[in-house]
Amino acid sequence: MKPSPILTVKDLSVVFPDSNGGLHALENISFEVCPRDFICFLGPSGSGKTTLLKILASLLQPTTGEINFSGNRRPEVGMVFQQSNLMPWRTVMDNIKLPLELDGVGESEARAKASEMIDLVGLNGFEDSWPRDLSGGMAQRVGIARALIHDPDLLLLDEPFASLDALTRERMWTELSRIWQAKQKTVIMVTHSINESLFLADRVLVLTQRPGKIKLDVEVDLPRPRKDDIRYTPHFGKLARKLRDAIE
Amino acid sequence: MKISFSRWLGTISILFGILAWGLIAHLSGLPKFILPSPVDVWTRLLKSLADGSLLYHTSVTLLEIMLGLLVGVTCATVLGYLLAKSRSLEKILSPYLVASQAIPIVAIAPLLVIWLGQGMLSKVVICALIVFFPVLVNTVVGVRAVPPALYDMMNSLRASRWQVMTKLEVPASLPVLLGGLRIGATLSVIGAIVGELVDAKEGLGFLLKVGDFQYDTSMVFVAVMMLVALALSLYGIVTVLEKRFLKWQQTTP
Repeated sequence: MKPSPILTVKDLSVVFPDSNGGLHALENISFEVCPRDFICFLGPSGSGKTTLLKILASLLQPTTGEINFSGNRRPEVGMVFQQSNLMPWRTVMDNIKLPLELDGVGESEARAKASEMIDLVGLNGFEDSWPRDLSGGMAQRVGIARALIHDPDLLLLDEPFASLDALTRERMWTELSRIWQAKQKTVIMVTHSINESLFLADRVLVLTQRPGKIKLDVEVDLPRPRKDDIRYTPHFGKLARKLRDAIE
Repeated sequence: MKISFSRWLGTISILFGILAWGLIAHLSGLPKFILPSPVDVWTRLLKSLADGSLLYHTSVTLLEIMLGLLVGVTCATVLGYLLAKSRSLEKILSPYLVASQAIPIVAIAPLLVIWLGQGMLSKVVICALIVFFPVLVNTVVGVRAVPPALYDMMNSLRASRWQVMTKLEVPASLPVLLGGLRIGATLSVIGAIVGELVDAKEGLGFLLKVGDFQYDTSMVFVAVMMLVALALSLYGIVTVLEKRFLKWQQTTP
């Protein structure tokens, strides 16, 4: 039996006002997310992926449609961005504990939690480093730690590995799956990488070119934990083919 | 070897300059009230230190500068922040702000002294006015340069307006703000002196004027050097602040 969804999105449309009748970014998007799901939106650039995440993070208001979070409250979110978006004037430790600081958590408790997160993302020894001294992969780990530290209801990932090199990116997939399994979070990720979406997600939703509509909804029934070589199995290939065909 | 030598370059340059000045004063045979020698100036310096007049007038000018900086920087950062946040406020105020910069401070200093009296107040106001603009411009530039993505990050964490200001906007614009303060600090010395030269009963500007009237050129030199020392110290303080607050910008050794 399927658990009841914690997030229901219904007939969501977004139109950005412009000179000729408005720019339709998203059209009639409906989907449900169950607790601890890892779902992935896959689409070409300009399909409104980032817009969708911004709406879920309440950074944007939809033009029409509804978003319902269980309990009718605004979900706490943790967001990881394409660029790591760290504050250059804060050390790794201080960047990670920012969400707790904003929530008014005491300094010692915040530091203790941040240390835990640093452990989780494997950045021991870099607590007092400045962001400028971090590699892209390390900066993104800090971003992930920051997004998780306040134990959010939803983890939103906006092409978090797009700016990393191919090898680092693949290592980060394994890392992210491990973190996701450890933390049992509900994750919504957007990406334009088919491999990334299949490697990580339970479900992949394919968005069309602008205006973004859901074209395909695929259950990814690959066994977990997934290892690197899963990408060379026939089933992975079949799913990748299906997704590829759906993206025009 | 090379590094230790370059560290002394500044000192060597200053010593060389004093030597050249002494030579010129000696060889040209100009009278003391036109070009005093370094020794004359040194003697005058000791004398004015001994009778307490130099320190007294310096402290008056320093107080004017500090008050002027405080008022100028406070007004400029507050208004600058509001301008950075509101385009319409910027449109309303910018004609006045730009016009105020078109008037040289020397031109309105006599007016301010007439209106505000020959006491400290007029100097503080002149000082504040001269500091105001560079700090204002830098505040606006600094706050506008905060990356929009960081606002998104803060908002996704439901940061309050106050938290966005204290934890994002202030630290993010601090480098540019301190750059403005660095310019303002040196300008503030000019502001105080301009005010004192118009009319004053105390301060280094007053000392300059007295020295000028009495053909006590050595005194003028002493006062000018004191001004340079003041400006350098203020500049130094801002540099220390930058080192302290902008650690994250410096490359690790």
